Amino acid sequence: MARFASRHPVWTFIIVLAAAVFLWLIFAPWSAEMEETLGRKRIFLNAIFGGVTLGALYFLVASGFTLIFGLMRNVNLAHGSLYLLGGYLGFEISEFTGSWLIAFPAVFIIVALVGIVLQHQVFRRMDGEDLRQTMVTIGLSVVLADLMLWYWGGQSYTIFAPDWLSGPMTLPIISSIRDSGEIVYLRYPAVRMAILLAAIVIGIGMWLLLNRTRLGMFVRAGVDDREMLAASGVRIQYIFLAVFAFGAGLAGIAGIVGGTFQSLSPGEDTRFLLASLVVVIVWGRGSIPGAAIGALVIGLSEQLGLVYAPTYSVVFTFLIMALVLAFRPQGLLGSAR
Amino acid sequence: MAVIENPDHASGSDAPTRSWYENIAPGWWVLAVIMLFMPAVANDFILFQVFGWTFILGMIALSLMFLAGYGGMVSLIQMSVAAMAGYMVAIFGFSGISDLSLGMPWWVYLPLAILIATIFGTLVGALAVRTEGIYTIMITLAIASAFFYFTRQNYGIFNGYTGFNLVVPPQLFGVDWRAPMPFYYLTLGCATLAYLAVVYVSRAPFGLVLQGIRDNPRRMAALGYNVVAHRIAAYTFASIIAAVGGILLVWQNAQVAPGTAGIPAVIDILVIAVIGGIGRPIGAFIGAIIYVVLSTFAPDFLFSVGLSAERFNLLIGLGFLAIVFFSPDGVLGLWDRWQERRAKRGDPLTGRSDDGGNPL
Repeated sequence: MARFASRHPVWTFIIVLAAAVFLWLIFAPWSAEMEETLGRKRIFLNAIFGGVTLGALYFLVASGFTLIFGLMRNVNLAHGSLYLLGGYLGFEISEFTGSWLIAFPAVFIIVALVGIVLQHQVFRRMDGEDLRQTMVTIGLSVVLADLMLWYWGGQSYTIFAPDWLSGPMTLPIISSIRDSGEIVYLRYPAVRMAILLAAIVIGIGMWLLLNRTRLGMFVRAGVDDREMLAASGVRIQYIFLAVFAFGAGLAGIAGIVGGTFQSLSPGEDTRFLLASLVVVIVWGRGSIPGAAIGALVIGLSEQLGLVYAPTYSVVFTFLIMALVLAFRPQGLLGSAR
Repeated sequence: MAVIENPDHASGSDAPTRSWYENIAPGWWVLAVIMLFMPAVANDFILFQVFGWTFILGMIALSLMFLAGYGGMVSLIQMSVAAMAGYMVAIFGFSGISDLSLGMPWWVYLPLAILIATIFGTLVGALAVRTEGIYTIMITLAIASAFFYFTRQNYGIFNGYTGFNLVVPPQLFGVDWRAPMPFYYLTLGCATLAYLAVVYVSRAPFGLVLQGIRDNPRRMAALGYNVVAHRIAAYTFASIIAAVGGILLVWQNAQVAPGTAGIPAVIDILVIAVIGGIGRPIGAFIGAIIYVVLSTFAPDFLFSVGLSAERFNLLIGLGFLAIVFFSPDGVLGLWDRWQERRAKRGDPLTGRSDDGGNPL
């Protein structure tokens, strides 16, 4: 970061300035003129928080996708199906056991097992044939989508959060000031804050795992050059299995999260697959910080777009992608190789 | 074309003296006669729904086959290009939404639709060729879904969720081109032209350079060819075919909506091209007829084995998986291998293998 600052002083200044303005917009009370031009602050704050929470959800899906793609060069286009499968399974398990929390480890394990089967039975059989692997995952996503439609039908499901997470909580952020001088603080659904916190914890955990452990070292080395890693005696197939299982499991629990604060229905699988695709295209493969920033940007642009330019909210995401592709085809954080 | 030696044609010693129609394998003549006289035996449903749809999907899949088979670029944007052409026909021509349709004459809106769709496809291609291999799939899939969401949310131009209905072909020469027999010949003619164009281009210098780039872009660049320009030009050519297919598709359905280029439709085109065989132009049409026959008659079949008709996607998905797993070059690959095995078996007495001949 210090190197970036010394190399690009102007860019650093612009980024810092933008961040400062952004933070000021969030924390400072808005004057009447500002509310007139920008709309009510509560709407803005809700869009920001909605975007960040959505970004957290996208991060859970996209981080597994980008790790798998970065390490194994497998474009797993069935990743969205794993998300949806996880959500449906989470719904069933939480209905069956009556516990929202139990669903998480259970779904993680089941979907991770599905991922292991996928990696072992499908991807390893056609190692090095990128295109064929991609097509197989397209076929798998079609089949899985139809099987899930068969079993769970076309209606949408919502997973209910436990009582201690339901209802709103008050955040120490000023939403508006009444004429009487009374300060109104922002109220936000507690379950979304919990999701956000959990995503941050998982993200930091993944970063630590990748950057501070031996396994993480192998994975990072594999992303850079897997032939050299295999040649230096690491049993790369086990690492592939582990990363695939982890990525799949993460997509699975993201399904529960998505089912809790949005809903599960056929078609959601492609939505999350697309978010993952865009994150990888824009920020380069195999980068966890890239996945985090990318998911955040997509979530924010989607929610802010929804509030301030409803017609074109989806297009913003793809405009960003097209711009990055036009000027930096390898992704913003990707290396040129 | 005369400059390029074609191995198939030049193999015989008397090749220069043979006229062009003698070089065409007899199978093609049989196929042409069958296709031309099909309306005499087939009913309206077969003509319009089965064959019309086959030729249209075949053309769109053919544009993908051209990019993937000769250019090595698996582009999922072709269906969106087709839908774009369909939208343009609805917008510049006539439709049930008279507020948005401009009502231009057919000789204006048809070229305009193809032109705009081609520009769209070329722009996407220009973005997609900046990367390679699986990235191309990812990028074109992302842009295709952006197109889907954009058309679904834009009411000013694309009329949002409902799209345009009552988009019908113009009454040219006093013929109702949407009647089954004229429509059959219209789609047959367009598909044949598209097929011949692809075959011609693949043997023309441009197509040969493109295949060279597919096999080794660095070497072609070293030989002085502009790799990026050739790839973008390939997208342009493929877009024209897809655009014509898209216009026909809209005329057949009489409507165009965001779902025309939704993700399932985009993936169906890939499925069609891969099932047929991505290596040769005819594969696109073989894949299309398999797909159309399956989707037309699968409900009856599924019903007879006790499943609901909605499981069609499962059937097509499993078929696609089986093809990708066991025969990556599609049904054509299966046929080739069967021919090869038959040729290898040879004469039981002499042990000499005879030439398998030139299949379709």
